Amino acid sequence: MSTQTEIILETVEFDDDGFMVDPNAWTPEIAEAIADDQGIQLTDRHWVVINFARKEFEENDEPPTLRRITKRTDVNTKEIYQLFPGGPAKNASRIAGLGKPTGCI
Amino acid sequence: MKTLLILGAGTGGTMVATKMAHLLDLQEWRIIIVDRDESHYYQPGFLFIPFGIYSPSDVVKPKRNFLPPQVEVFFSDIEIIEPDQNRVQLRYEKKVINYDYLVIATGSHIHPEETPGLMDGAWRKNIFDFYTVEGAIALSRFLKFWKGGRMVLNITEMPIKCPVAPLEFIFLADWFFHERSMRDDVEIVFTTPLAGAFTKPRASGILGNLLEEKGILLESDFNIMEVDTTNQAIRSYDEREIDYDLLVTIPTNMGAEVIDRSDMGDELNFIPTDKHTLQSPKWENVWIIGDAGNTPTSKAGSVAHFMLDVLVDNMLRHMEGLEPLPKFDGHANCFIVSGFEKGILIDFNYDVEPLPGKYPLPGFGPFSLLKESAVNHWGKMMFRWIYWNMMLKGEDMPFESQMSMAGKWA
Ligand SMILES: Cc1cc2nc3c(=O)[nH]c(=O)nc-3n(C[C@H](O)[C@H](O)[C@H](O)COP(=O)(O)OP(=O)(O)OC[C@H]3O[C@@H](n4cnc5c(N)ncnc54)[C@H](O)[C@@H]3O)c2cc1C
Repeated sequence: MSTQTEIILETVEFDDDGFMVDPNAWTPEIAEAIADDQGIQLTDRHWVVINFARKEFEENDEPPTLRRITKRTDVNTKEIYQLFPGGPAKNASRIAGLGKPTGCI
Repeated sequence: MKTLLILGAGTGGTMVATKMAHLLDLQEWRIIIVDRDESHYYQPGFLFIPFGIYSPSDVVKPKRNFLPPQVEVFFSDIEIIEPDQNRVQLRYEKKVINYDYLVIATGSHIHPEETPGLMDGAWRKNIFDFYTVEGAIALSRFLKFWKGGRMVLNITEMPIKCPVAPLEFIFLADWFFHERSMRDDVEIVFTTPLAGAFTKPRASGILGNLLEEKGILLESDFNIMEVDTTNQAIRSYDEREIDYDLLVTIPTNMGAEVIDRSDMGDELNFIPTDKHTLQSPKWENVWIIGDAGNTPTSKAGSVAHFMLDVLVDNMLRHMEGLEPLPKFDGHANCFIVSGFEKGILIDFNYDVEPLPGKYPLPGFGPFSLLKESAVNHWGKMMFRWIYWNMMLKGEDMPFESQMSMAGKWA
């Protein structure tokens, strides 16, 4: 983790599960920092997912499920697992500054 | 004459038809219901067929028996819904029905073809589902002669209807193998995309302990990518591999294909639904009950029942030019059979997760909540009788639509 990341993350408020408390406080720099903290270097492909998640949240007030991301973007399930290892919907949502995707009831 | 058209004559559609036949002035209203299948299946009973507890004849009856004579019934596939034109086309003779009000109750269905390999040659040989009557029967034949090995139960993805049914299957299997003195020859593995045994934290903890006590292995966060039938293994996207001798699958659940054809659904063909009024946010004369909608609660017959009164009241209000009331709270109520003639009852809604306590039920209860008891087992077994004789007939049941906190330990 770089010092820059540390400095940025200091300013952000997270809940107990590591999701941002206020999605409106999110910036692309914060996304870079959260990703860096998880050992992920964001690429264009990551941004396809993050931008989609942000857009969905604005429209539906809810972060998208894994299936929704893979159906509505050109990122398939295999790829998204490589991009965001260990729970892609959760991790993508975290980096996009959104809450925990509900998806499952 | 005005027309109320109901699509789907399963649990939800049948209840709406029965109730509306009593409430609407039939000089003024025509009630039509459409379904492709002449048989009504008691789906909760599918769970018991693999273990020989129920036979297929216990779970199927003619649909017509449950629909009031005043209701017109068409047995046909629904070709397309055109909500902008207020009309529906059937496949049978390309019949077109124009409606004033539409209730969609087309349910949810399994899609094993969504998972690569699942249907490659081993389907219903050593890979089975029990969410269809055919699957449940095929599995009962297999289990009768199985010598043991590794049984894996996999949930493909959420949401699924009756999210407790996979756990119940496992508990019943554990009991079944015990009874046959072969439990030591069977390894039971439960693989789920969830982080634990169930979707809600308190219940998940308690059910997880039960799995452990029964010696059942839990593989959580497991998102299946493919089935390799040559090596008899399932693989997850994060490259875990689990061998099986017998694979019982809960395939991807999706809303009806007609919802997709009509471009009315989300990516799983579930219809966007106002979660409190049960009205479509897009078409004000379209209402959704049961598994067909995207309301964030369990997809279960009990939930469809709790939706019924709210949906009917709101439709009647709308007919009078009044605003619908946001009264549906996501109430769900499930008996979970846990084997050895015991069961657990959970009761929850959008805001309150399942809690321990007592469920006071005049005449029947009390049932212990979130705790094993024999009464809960018999509650579940009694549910079949209640379903056929009370619930489908729209009779008042000893359950309230809105959840109550009485008896719960918050
Ligand atoms: C194994 C299992 C166990 C379960 N256990 C329980 C339980 O213990 N408790 C509980 O409360 N619930 C349980 N459920 C869930 C319960 O059965 C369903 O939630 C309930 O039946 C949903 O009702 P519905 O009206 O939404 O859909 P359904 O009852 O499934 O009815 C949908 C109807 O629509 C018709 N249809 C669909 N598409 C078309 C088309 N294009 N053209 C014509 N007709 C069409 C179908 O033929 C069907 O009759 C269980 C389900 C399963 C599979």
